[in-house]
Amino acid sequence: MGARKKVWIARDHLKCSGCRRCEIACSIFHEKRIWPEASRIRVFMLVPGAEFPHFCAQCEDYPCVKSCPQGALSVNPKTEAVLVDEQKCTACGICIDACPGKIPHLHPVKKTILICDLCDGSPQCAKVCQEGKWGALQTVSKGGWRPVYRVYARKPEEVTRDLVSNLYGETGEDYL
Amino acid sequence: MTHGYCGKLLEINLSTEKATEASFSEEVLKSYIGGRGLAAKILWDRLGEKWETVDPFSPENTLLILTGPLTGFYPGGRVCVSGKSPQSNGMIGSTVGGEFGIDLKCAGYDGLIITGKAAKPSYVTVFENEVSIRDATHIWGKDGKQTLKILTKEGRNQLKASFPEYGELKEPSALYIGPAGENKTRIAAVMAKWTHAAGYGGYGGVMGSKNLKAILAKGLGPLPEVHDIDRVTTLMDKMSNKCFKDELFRRWGTGSGGFNFANKTSSEPIRNWQEEWHEEKSFAVDQFEQRLWVKKYWGDYGCPTTCLKIAMPKTGEFKGSITDNPDYEMQAYLGPNLGVFKPEDSVYLSSLMDDLGFCGIQAGNVLGFIAELYQRKIIDKKDLDGIQPKWGNARAFGELAKKIARRQGIGNTLAEGSFRAAIKLGRVKKKDLTNYVVHEKGVAIGAHGIRSGRDYTSNISYACSVQGGDHTSTAETPTEHTNSELNSVLHDSGVICMFNTFSVDEDLIWEFFEAVTGWTTARQEWYETNGLRILQLQRAMLLLGGPDLKWKPRIDDDNPPRFYEPLPSGPYKGRTTKKERFLEERKEYYGAVGWDKNGLPKPETLRKLRLQDVEAKLIESNILS
Repeated sequence: MGARKKVWIARDHLKCSGCRRCEIACSIFHEKRIWPEASRIRVFMLVPGAEFPHFCAQCEDYPCVKSCPQGALSVNPKTEAVLVDEQKCTACGICIDACPGKIPHLHPVKKTILICDLCDGSPQCAKVCQEGKWGALQTVSKGGWRPVYRVYARKPEEVTRDLVSNLYGETGEDYL
Repeated sequence: MTHGYCGKLLEINLSTEKATEASFSEEVLKSYIGGRGLAAKILWDRLGEKWETVDPFSPENTLLILTGPLTGFYPGGRVCVSGKSPQSNGMIGSTVGGEFGIDLKCAGYDGLIITGKAAKPSYVTVFENEVSIRDATHIWGKDGKQTLKILTKEGRNQLKASFPEYGELKEPSALYIGPAGENKTRIAAVMAKWTHAAGYGGYGGVMGSKNLKAILAKGLGPLPEVHDIDRVTTLMDKMSNKCFKDELFRRWGTGSGGFNFANKTSSEPIRNWQEEWHEEKSFAVDQFEQRLWVKKYWGDYGCPTTCLKIAMPKTGEFKGSITDNPDYEMQAYLGPNLGVFKPEDSVYLSSLMDDLGFCGIQAGNVLGFIAELYQRKIIDKKDLDGIQPKWGNARAFGELAKKIARRQGIGNTLAEGSFRAAIKLGRVKKKDLTNYVVHEKGVAIGAHGIRSGRDYTSNISYACSVQGGDHTSTAETPTEHTNSELNSVLHDSGVICMFNTFSVDEDLIWEFFEAVTGWTTARQEWYETNGLRILQLQRAMLLLGGPDLKWKPRIDDDNPPRFYEPLPSGPYKGRTTKKERFLEERKEYYGAVGWDKNGLPKPETLRKLRLQDVEAKLIESNILS
């Protein structure tokens, strides 16, 4: 099929059931274990019902890559996902602060940064989410909407606030 | 290496504030698996000798929160809560959904053993192997939703302090109690995620008696190694695909039973079980969905079924009440059982029970009981602190529930649960009121009646169960039957979600065990020895009972009087339980599980199962001669 189309994982947080199958699929693919905190995608539940998957949005300007003093982060030209060079990463945490959504986090054992690598072009999280017919995650072709992808790079508390407002209206204010 | 297990449990003594580790041999794990099975073993070993004298609300009671080898692998995460039950005075395995068990295993523990009593309101945090007992004075008295809000916030801050280099960590998982647990009512649940409850058993009150408001867990590690990860993944997919096809639960949750069990099978509690049939279409699931659901698919760890749906009225008197669904049991017990037929009213009551930390079945049962006494003018508003629980008056039932949770006024009596409350009130009224109680050994019976003979339950379901009225642990013959208690013990020991077993072949469950543990545990071995052994332990603890109540099998292995009254309405009008038939089935069941004609475990059954110590104790206590 020639050059593969670049993909992005479209997200619809309101459809997330909180089943966390995305975490399971991600960690089995990358770690061969079920490992919630070593998953590149993690479902937060700061308020019940407002579960959502938190993972890299591939910002157009890659603030994390730019911030890395060791040059450990780069962009995979094939997928445009961020790659982590585990040899170079010192776990200084500068990329975490550079990310508008504080999405990168440490691998609990290797102590190197974890960032979604789009499973080299066929994301496992979106696959299981589709199989589950939840539709919270969907692999889409990367189109001209690239600049808006970065708006998904938001902190867990920020996303939660929006979802809680949508689900529970004014009542939700009491639970934030 | 025991696959699927972390290999150790964490023991916390709240009196001495010491944390230690406990572990079990592979042989013990093979026999008792985890969850409910292992709980029976631990409780028997620690408390068996003095069982009758242990007050469930005393520091010497042992509270267990156990995972099983399948926790985290079999889709739908659950943990099993246990201890000596303040309801049955035996031991009940009560499971609750959520990620607590996942976090516990990721922190390196298969379970928690909690003993003693904290000097002041406290909560425990288990972050990796770091255990802390923290002050909970500021949360004591708060309702469930506010409790979880504060715990999540504090837990997140504590995690940031403990692991500053990690960036954002997911929130810790929590188990907590509401006011009903704090005030040691016998009908309080151990809660999770606002609406999830380990309801049967009354372990919310046990936490309260230990001054333990909550437990937070967070693990950073992986789930334990399994025997064959590829096979586990394949099985997870296979099972999920089957569950996706079970449109009933996935689409409508157990609330789909709201109309079905009343109208079709005629087995739903209505006005304290005076009837079991109605044709109120307002209680069909569509109206809940269309008017109230704000989230249609809500699940716990790995769950393909998502029987939970979140409901919240957006208008009207009960605007802003949030609960799940309500699921069938809550719909029934906090709906028709109280003469309530408006979805919004039922959501309000279900949400209130969550907030107060009640088991909705136990609370709905006691509220129905008191409303019937009111209907029959046995009691009046003077007895009820001015409250008038007329059928259908959700507000009045809400006000009563708040009094029960705080043990105020009449609430102090009702906090004992319907059976004990009936004894207490009967003394005052000089009348036997226990005839109006629909319970089995102090445990309110789940919302599936037996009189029509059209539900999954049968004449002996509750009467012969080692967990009394627990509708998720029914007795049935043959012991391999889908509804047999040995299967409930298996699920609760796994620990797996029963609702994720409905659409799958039983073989798949055994395959799961094998793929995770590597043990080729023959099914036969379960029904003939391992499962049966756990059942005997639970039976022994139930028969020993005490200190306040003891059960005599010949009398107490029976249905509540109401289940022998003819159904007054509906397609099965006139039908009821036939006593002679029941007695025959009971005898047959006793035989199938190795009990004599009086319901006592036979010495040869106990010896065959290597339970000589149980035999000795039952002889010592004059239960066996």
